[in-house]
Amino acid sequence: MSEIWGLLLFLAALAGGGWLLGSGMARLYAGDGLPAGRRLLGRSARPQGWAAYAMAVLAFNAAGFLALYALLRLQGLLPLNPDGVAGMAPDLAFNTALSFVTNTNWQAYSGEAQLSYLAQMLGLTVQNFVSAGTGMAVGVAVIRGFTGPAGESLGNFWTDLSRSVLWVLLPLSVALALILILQGVPQTLLGAVRATTLEGAEQIIARGPAASQIAIKQLGTNGGGFFGVNSAHPFENPTILSDLVQCYAILVIPVAFCFLFGRMAGDGRQGRAIFAAMSVLFLAGLALILWQESAGNPLMALSGGNMEGKEMRFGPILSGLWAAATTAASNGSVNAMHDSFLPLSGLVMLVNMQVGEVIFGGVGSGLYGMLLYVVLAVFLAGLMVGRTPEYLGRRIEAREVVLAVLAFLSMPVGILAGGALSASIPAMAASVQEAGPHGLSEILYAYSSATGNNGSAFAGWNAATPWQTTALGLLMLFGRFAMIVPMLAIAGSLVRKTPAPATAGTFPTHGPLFVTLLVLTVAVFGALTFFPVLALGPLAEQAALAAGQSF
Amino acid sequence: MMTHLRPALASLLALSLLTGVAYPLALTGLAAVIAPDRAAGSLILREGQVVGSALIGQGFDEPGYLHPRPSASGWNAAGTSASNLGPTSAALLAQVQERQAAYEAQNGASAPVDAVTGSGSGLDPHVSPANARAQAARIARARGLEEAAVRRLIEAHVEPPLLGLWGQARVNVLAVNLALDAAGA
Repeated sequence: MSEIWGLLLFLAALAGGGWLLGSGMARLYAGDGLPAGRRLLGRSARPQGWAAYAMAVLAFNAAGFLALYALLRLQGLLPLNPDGVAGMAPDLAFNTALSFVTNTNWQAYSGEAQLSYLAQMLGLTVQNFVSAGTGMAVGVAVIRGFTGPAGESLGNFWTDLSRSVLWVLLPLSVALALILILQGVPQTLLGAVRATTLEGAEQIIARGPAASQIAIKQLGTNGGGFFGVNSAHPFENPTILSDLVQCYAILVIPVAFCFLFGRMAGDGRQGRAIFAAMSVLFLAGLALILWQESAGNPLMALSGGNMEGKEMRFGPILSGLWAAATTAASNGSVNAMHDSFLPLSGLVMLVNMQVGEVIFGGVGSGLYGMLLYVVLAVFLAGLMVGRTPEYLGRRIEAREVVLAVLAFLSMPVGILAGGALSASIPAMAASVQEAGPHGLSEILYAYSSATGNNGSAFAGWNAATPWQTTALGLLMLFGRFAMIVPMLAIAGSLVRKTPAPATAGTFPTHGPLFVTLLVLTVAVFGALTFFPVLALGPLAEQAALAAGQSF
Repeated sequence: MMTHLRPALASLLALSLLTGVAYPLALTGLAAVIAPDRAAGSLILREGQVVGSALIGQGFDEPGYLHPRPSASGWNAAGTSASNLGPTSAALLAQVQERQAAYEAQNGASAPVDAVTGSGSGLDPHVSPANARAQAARIARARGLEEAAVRRLIEAHVEPPLLGLWGQARVNVLAVNLALDAAGA
């Protein structure tokens, strides 16, 4: 019972914090910015239409990719490398660079063994900030397209990016990193330390500047850990308090984006409706995971929940909360090993990713992803009542719906085509660890995570082969930009339309009816697209579990 | 594309210096002032020797020590990993049964779930209070101590859930074992 109160308190604090942050961000993105910033950017600070905005995003991310790739390859020759880590292999560097530039932060490497401190700081930490900043900027630009005055402009990418990093991500990261340091997360440039245990064994303890990176990995919905086992590692997440603040940090900016949307629309109810739809989907999945993990594995018949792959201090409840949060929010950090969760918990995690990371989702990207479903939902509603669909006074026409469907298709194409390829090419299928239906779940999880830019894994599955690093790298790129470009195009098309005042015949998009419609749209599209393959993976495994069968 | 090249490079450079150099280095400096021991990994020294970190679990096999949870990586704190075995894995179920039998043979009590399942990090510093209590008799026997004394020591190391609302009750294995050594015998 006390656990339920704990959860409720956590969720209430999250909604309250998200609301406050959303209000602050509304003022930030509406303002003129600092004169110094405008001078620095010069002509580049002028308003951009959707195409120019998208080109700026692509140029910035291309530059970031090249810089990070070079740094990873050359880290062995560069300073701040006390443990003498060598340069990364080309395919792994390609995968890692794309992984961090696209805000996926999949770890096909193990941080403590394969990255120098310089690569962690100047490479990964930087991309943690700017890939999150990119998502937030695009999110704000898309909101302007839906809510701004009629015209061409979606704002300016360089201004939106620097504001997101300087005034949202950086101050919050400093505060979070300080809390984590006080809780025991290392922040040092000293190399690994050699300890002699009480029984006389040698234990080499890796450490490093971890707190600074962990803070932004959570706030920016990045998720790539400093250490291989991510936030299950006692150095990344030493206490129950460090766990709660990190879990809070995963969700707070995506929650704030809902309220930011309401503010920018000049109608708080619109933001609250989207928040409500996301909450319904989130809570349904969370409840299923918590039930499964507390009940434990029926094949072991032990009380105390499913503890394989979980840390004692967190247990089934806090591990379950984290699993729901990290897959819903496109974060991808883990405080327990998802591969060892029960089948129905795995099902929830897969669905959270497969619907396109729109249940809160990544910073900025969760909201623009959900707006894709909003376009589809009002289109469906329009078909049902036979009226031209409208959203916030703007007509949703063929162009917007076509673009929304194109963006939507990126998920099924990436996951189903990529997953099918991986299951049928022997060199790729060799990555599977588990026999039986769980093996298919492993493939599905990897491809859902990469295409959805989540970054968590069923980590028994071997991602570190040249085939998989290449395929997953390409899919992360595809999943990120096959969503960003069409969404900016939709925003660019909507912003040209003059909003019409609401009439008695307007379908209201803020009440329970709309929330229900939006939830159903997400559920039906997700279910119809992925149900067959989910039936062969987690659902078949659940049936085996119920029948007492192991593999 | 070319019109975007200059702002792209300028923004990347400026933000890299800020978030990749100034931010982590400033925090490293600040950490060295406000919490130097924690920032360096909460190391535990005994007679001038580093014997481990208060946060990181280590292996214990001797009967006189409290035993930790199973570790898939063999307590490797320089390259962490977990079993990642799935819930219907026959290998996992066989492992669990084997650990149950060994635990019962050593302690004469049936094993709590945390004693037979591998942790997420392979470095879990804690066990459940039930697991620790079940080992008290064995530890007392091996050390020639009274069982009640070992039990008292274990109870003194039980950490409750945060505010009674979040997380689980637990016992830090290394802390108990250091206290056992300090208590002599």
